[in-house]
Order: sequence, then structure tokens, then C-alpha cells
Amino acid sequence: MSKKFVEDFKVAENIALNSSNFLIKLVSPKKLPDIKPGQFVNIEVKNSDEIFLRRPFSIFEIDYQKNTLSLIIKILGRGSKKLTELKAGDTVNLVYPLGKSFTIPQSDDRILLIGGGSGVAPMLFLAKESGLNRENVDILLGARSREDHVDASEYSKYGNLHFTTEDGSFGEKGFVIHHSVFQQINSYSKVYTCGPDAMMRAVAKTAKDEDIFCEVSLENLMACGFGVCLCCIEPTQKGNLCVCTEGPVFNIKELKW
Amino acid sequence: MVDLNVKIHDLELKNPVMTASGTSGFAEELTDFYDVGQLGAVLLKGTTLKNRDGNPYPRMAETASGMLNAVGLQNKGIDYFIENIYPRIKEYNTPLIVNVNGSTVEEYIEVTEKVNELDKIPAIELNISCPNVKEGGMSFGISCPSAEAVTREVRRVYDKTLIVKLSPNVTDITEIAKAVEGQGADSVSLVNTFLGMAIDSEKRIPLLSTVTGGLSGPAIKPIALRMVWQVYNAVKIPVIGMGGIMNAADAIEFLLAGATAVQVGTAIFKDPFIPVKIITGIEEYLTRHKMQSVNELIGCLQM
Repeated sequence: MSKKFVEDFKVAENIALNSSNFLIKLVSPKKLPDIKPGQFVNIEVKNSDEIFLRRPFSIFEIDYQKNTLSLIIKILGRGSKKLTELKAGDTVNLVYPLGKSFTIPQSDDRILLIGGGSGVAPMLFLAKESGLNRENVDILLGARSREDHVDASEYSKYGNLHFTTEDGSFGEKGFVIHHSVFQQINSYSKVYTCGPDAMMRAVAKTAKDEDIFCEVSLENLMACGFGVCLCCIEPTQKGNLCVCTEGPVFNIKELKW
Repeated sequence: MVDLNVKIHDLELKNPVMTASGTSGFAEELTDFYDVGQLGAVLLKGTTLKNRDGNPYPRMAETASGMLNAVGLQNKGIDYFIENIYPRIKEYNTPLIVNVNGSTVEEYIEVTEKVNELDKIPAIELNISCPNVKEGGMSFGISCPSAEAVTREVRRVYDKTLIVKLSPNVTDITEIAKAVEGQGADSVSLVNTFLGMAIDSEKRIPLLSTVTGGLSGPAIKPIALRMVWQVYNAVKIPVIGMGGIMNAADAIEFLLAGATAVQVGTAIFKDPFIPVKIITGIEEYLTRHKMQSVNELIGCLQM
């Protein structure tokens, strides 16, 4: 158990990255606690009769000097849609920091980070926090088409960026598992992935077959985010575990995938 | 300084605000946010004799002003609780109440006997109203003979405060309340969740793996409040009210309708501080209305 907070943040900016992804930067009135890649926040969606519960989002960036926390919000339903309408100066209430982080790589690791959809956020956060030289970090991002990719060019200083699109409009054509760097999966000591379920399962299957360390970040539906509602459970080798407190990051060996 | 103390049979509470079973874990999850010693009591996660994995995912669906759940009493069993969890939580400065469940009367008795040995558990809440299990649970709470039988047998083996948690999924909740009162229940808590259902119209599938589940949240508050009022007028034992309480005004409505204490449940999923805010809010209300004690509110609905 670790200290968690419920706090009002101010929206500093809300930028449309493309048609469905928004970058929302939030400022805390207080000093931020230590936050690691893979951890998430549960945000209140205000002024809506039909949205009762909070919505969980992975943390994308932290600036401890400016006390800002950024999220990439992809429109998936009515809750995320409403959040993308936030304007600079608005107040949002967060329960945070929640969940366990990815295993931070060791200095001799060579890692592959695979992100899709809003799962790009924690992968880029991990790239930045990995502490590795950029030549030992490969970042592979998948999307349907060119316009669905977010601009990650700034992260090229933390790792080599690779892209796939399903229609071939940007990067290599196909899914992330078809990309040439993924074909070299044996050259990595750790593989991390976050994104759509089907993508993570495909990555996990190869990693399992090749016996490579692999962590995935799950997005099960949840109510509370701190382990009391028992709604976001995932069947694991240790029984049904809460994704919000025992995850969202799991080593694939723990899962029944 | 106003007096917030209330009494549920032998159980003295520093204030009338409890957290509901299944919404506050084993209290320790709340300690990540604040000192649980501020709370009137904490109702621990429903416990059965043996380990239960609960129902398959998905177990939750958001609905208008509320949610459905179909957790199905996932817990590691009473022995695991006694050996692993109880030692960690027993020194919390608030009454910890075990929510006792079973598929058979014998299981309810066996769990109760084990809890009876625990010094720091001053009361149990006998759950005869869980809508999400195939055997036992709510089936005990929807007929007078079965509610009487389980209450009578548990009463025989339990000498501390016995609260019976009632299901709203009945024709007349006062009949069940009177039935358990007649068998020695010290208090009744109500309501558990309403059996409900949600469908994804596009995919044409149910949103819960179990198809039906329990509805909670502000959507149920007016019905819960009506039931508390009816039961308060039908029994002599203290009533603990719950159902969609989100703020101090909601809690005060339940007190006015006759509840001696309230439980805050689903609101905790929105904000774990809500029970604490409700305590402060009740205090402010009493000061504002120049009342000395919260007991001046209980059942004092002006007609």
C-alpha cells in the first residue's frame, strides 16, 4: 500500500494531437509525489448525468519542477469524449497515483517498447525514464493510419522510433508484430507493451514462445481504482487479481494468456 | 461541540457514518488516503467459509446515476482473513464489522463462530441479501422462513451485536425485518443492491458476465429511503440505512427517515473521502440548526 491522493488539478492546456487523441496537461497546486511509468490516474468527469464513475488514464509525462502531469486521452466513449472538451483553467479532480509501475530496466538491458492507441503514453514515459542509452531502446508504435499516430519525434532522444500502419500510409505496413524490429525480438532482454488487448496478446504470445521477459499494461473496466470494488479483476496464476492495485502492469507469466 | 455518538445495540459509534461492505475492502485500502479512525465503523468485504473467486469479468456496468456490479463475493475465506488480514487491521481505531456470508445455514454458522472469537470485531453483519451468488446469499433474504432460520441459528452462536443486512428485492421489506427482529437480530441494515441488468444495444449482449447484477448509487436512493422509513416504523431495533448516499444531506435524509446510522458505499468509488466529508457535513448541519446531538435527528421527520 502506498499513499494516494484525491486532488483538484487545473487544466494548463488541452491540445488535439490528431482526430481522436488529446494531450491534456494538468497542474497540481501541491508538490507531486513520486510517479513511475505504468501508474495511472482516475479522473472525475463533471457535469454529466449519465457518467457516474471516474475514468482511468495512464500517466504520460511528469514535470516535478512545474508540478505538471500530462495524459494522452483517446476518445473511446462518452467519458473520454467529455474529458477532451476540457479547457485551460478548468478544474479536474484526480485520484492518484494508482497501480504498480513497469519494471525499470537494468543498465545492461536492451528493451523494446510497443505501444498502440492510448497505450503509447506509458511506453514513451518508460522510454524517458529507462535510464538507458538510446541505442538500447527501440520504440515501436502502431496505428491504423498515418493520421492516427501521435507525433513522438521528441522521444527519438530516448530511443529509436519505429512505426506501423495497417494501411501502409506511414512506417511499415501491418500490425506491430509484423514490423522488422519485432522480428528481432530475441535481441531484446525486456519487452514492454501497452495498447489494445489484441495487440498485447499477440506480442505476449511471441514473447512467451521465445521466453523473453515481457510486461503488459491492462485496461480492464474499473470503478474505484484503488482495490475496493473488485470489478477490474484479471484471472492470473494467483487467482483473480485487481488490475488497479496488483497491476495494471503484469508480467505475462502471471497471466493466463 | 456537537455530539455525534450513536448506539447500535451494544455497539457505540463515535459518529453514525460507516462504510458499506464491498466498497471499502478491509479498511486498509482507505488508509492509503486517510486515518480510518475518523469513521463510525467499517464494514469489511463480504466473507465466506471458503475461498471464492467470484464471477467472471466483466463484473461492472455504469448506468444512469449509478452502477451495476456482479462481483459475486470474491474473498479468500474466513481462515485467510483471520490469519492474514485481521492481524494487520485489528488496531485501527474504529469498529470493524465482518460481513458474514454463506451458501448454507451451516456455513453462516461456521463463519460466525470463527468471528465470535475475534476480540476486535464487535459485531457482524449477516448478509442474506447478496444478489450475485447462485447459492445462498439473497435467497435467504427474500422469504420470511429462511431469513428467520438463518438469523435464529446464527444468533445461537453469536453473543455480540448482530446486524442483518436486508435485500430490497422483496414485496414487503417490513415483513423480513420483523421476521429477523423476532429471531434476535440486534439491528437491520438496508438496503443491499437492487437486481438489475444492462445491455449493449449495438453488440446485442449483456454488459455483465452474469447478465444480471446489483444496482447501486444515487439511482436507488429514493427507494432505499422509502424502505428505511417503512422498516423504522415496523421494528423496534435500530435501523442502519444505505442506498445511494453521496453527501451529508443524503445521509441526514436517512437519519430523519429513522436510520440510527448510515453506510456509504458506491460513493467511495467516486471519492474515498466522501464518508469523512459526510461526518463533517452532519456536524455543520447540527451546529447550524442549533442541535446538540445527532440523536435529535433520528426518526425526527416532521409530518
